[in-house]
Amino acid sequence: MTIDTGDTAWVLISAALVLFMTPGLAFFYGGMVRSRHVLGMLMQNIFSMGIISVLWSAVGYSLAFGGEGSLIGDFSHAFLADTSGASGSIPTLAFVAFQMMFAVITPALITGATADRLKFGAYAVLISVWALLVYFPVARWVWNENGWIFSMGALDFAGGAAIHINAGVAALAVVLVIGNRVGHGAEPMPPHNLPYTVLGTGILWFGWMGFNAGSALAASGVAAQAIVNTHLAAAAGMLGWLLIERRIAGHATTLGAASGAVAGLVAITPCAGFVGGASPLIIGGIAGVLCYAALQLKAKFNFDDSLDVIAVHLIGGLLGTILLGLFADTSVNEGGVDGLFYGGGAELLIDQTVAALAVMAYSFVVTFIIAKVIDGTMGLRIDEAAERVGLDQSQHAESAYQA
Amino acid sequence: MRLITAVIKPFKLDEVKDALKSNGITGMTATEVRGFGRQGGHTETYRGAEYQIDFVPKVRLELVVEESQVDLVVDTIANAASTDKIGDGKIWVTAVERIVRIRTGEEGPSAI
Repeated sequence: MTIDTGDTAWVLISAALVLFMTPGLAFFYGGMVRSRHVLGMLMQNIFSMGIISVLWSAVGYSLAFGGEGSLIGDFSHAFLADTSGASGSIPTLAFVAFQMMFAVITPALITGATADRLKFGAYAVLISVWALLVYFPVARWVWNENGWIFSMGALDFAGGAAIHINAGVAALAVVLVIGNRVGHGAEPMPPHNLPYTVLGTGILWFGWMGFNAGSALAASGVAAQAIVNTHLAAAAGMLGWLLIERRIAGHATTLGAASGAVAGLVAITPCAGFVGGASPLIIGGIAGVLCYAALQLKAKFNFDDSLDVIAVHLIGGLLGTILLGLFADTSVNEGGVDGLFYGGGAELLIDQTVAALAVMAYSFVVTFIIAKVIDGTMGLRIDEAAERVGLDQSQHAESAYQA
Repeated sequence: MRLITAVIKPFKLDEVKDALKSNGITGMTATEVRGFGRQGGHTETYRGAEYQIDFVPKVRLELVVEESQVDLVVDTIANAASTDKIGDGKIWVTAVERIVRIRTGEEGPSAI
């Protein structure tokens, strides 16, 4: 197939859009932590742009997309060997760049759960090993034509299972190992700068256009459908969250608007190029309500998922992955499958459920083991005195705000 | 000489300053502080978690004046800072033993 310049241009632009999401995530999270930890949070996020990009070029792309294995690739494209050809209608390297940005943001999602207490060195090891043992294999399963989830027929347009369920359940595993923040439940820990969080939300929302519509890998009707779906799900997610929040807690908050939009974006991610019509409004709206409800349960379990990665990414990702089994519509994308509501029967719903459960189980178990090993060797968390002083001074010898 | 300290609502600072200046007061120091009294705090809700915020933002105004001006200054601040609602703040007066203008070395009332 010859290279299409329109397709190539769109995927290259999308790669840049997805890259921009990681600093967006940094500010989304950074605003929610207390001021003495904000640089630590920003650093963990942008550091992923450094370490994961290097790992991706060294072995990540090859393990995810090289060779023929159904569980893992090979080293045939290590250090981007033999990537000068075409993949479909775009240069292979455009696909390499686009997927690299997915690999960068996925481990960064975990940082919200471990906020204010994860040692920087331990974080560097954690996300490196996690990328090698969890993300690259799962990306293989879901997105490579040889991957077992892909071959089974489950759909994941832009990463409901591979990214959001995967990172969300990994966040749960790490939180169970690292424990709660000092003072959790006893001291107030309000966000120190919600304007950062709103700014970060805007950047994420903007970047998500490339994340989802770029996943069409073409400047096509499917890409246009994906961009419309993405935006509408974010909008409906915001409204859903605000409605239930105002009803239950009394006010519509800016943090609620930001969180609801992100919940909608997460839920539409697996569905973006496979659904149409009113489906994105329904999926986004349900995500806004359900993710809000999910975080109300957090207190009952008494684990400190500090910035609600589980409620937003795991629950949102599960919701989108499962709802796709109902709402998928081949009249939108003939490369997809019809869901239960569109005459396809329950087969896709079952495949989606199997995919979700498999990613959850694998990611949880492997991440838990990685976290345990790091905790038993170099230690995952900073000591209490360092936590009181803050990540900024204890880990980086800096302060975000000079008095 | 007396030190007059007033804790007032932040948005009243400019009104108080203007009122004092129009009464011939030439200097003062303002600091952003947090505190609570009878007004108490308020609650804020983040993702459904309610926080009681006890410390409320206030401005602390400090100025040293001659004894003859104390009543004028206290009354001026009290008038200008008043909203007749809870949380308007307090004013108190303390004795000052010594005051020095650093640039000239002047002491006493001429250093005010």
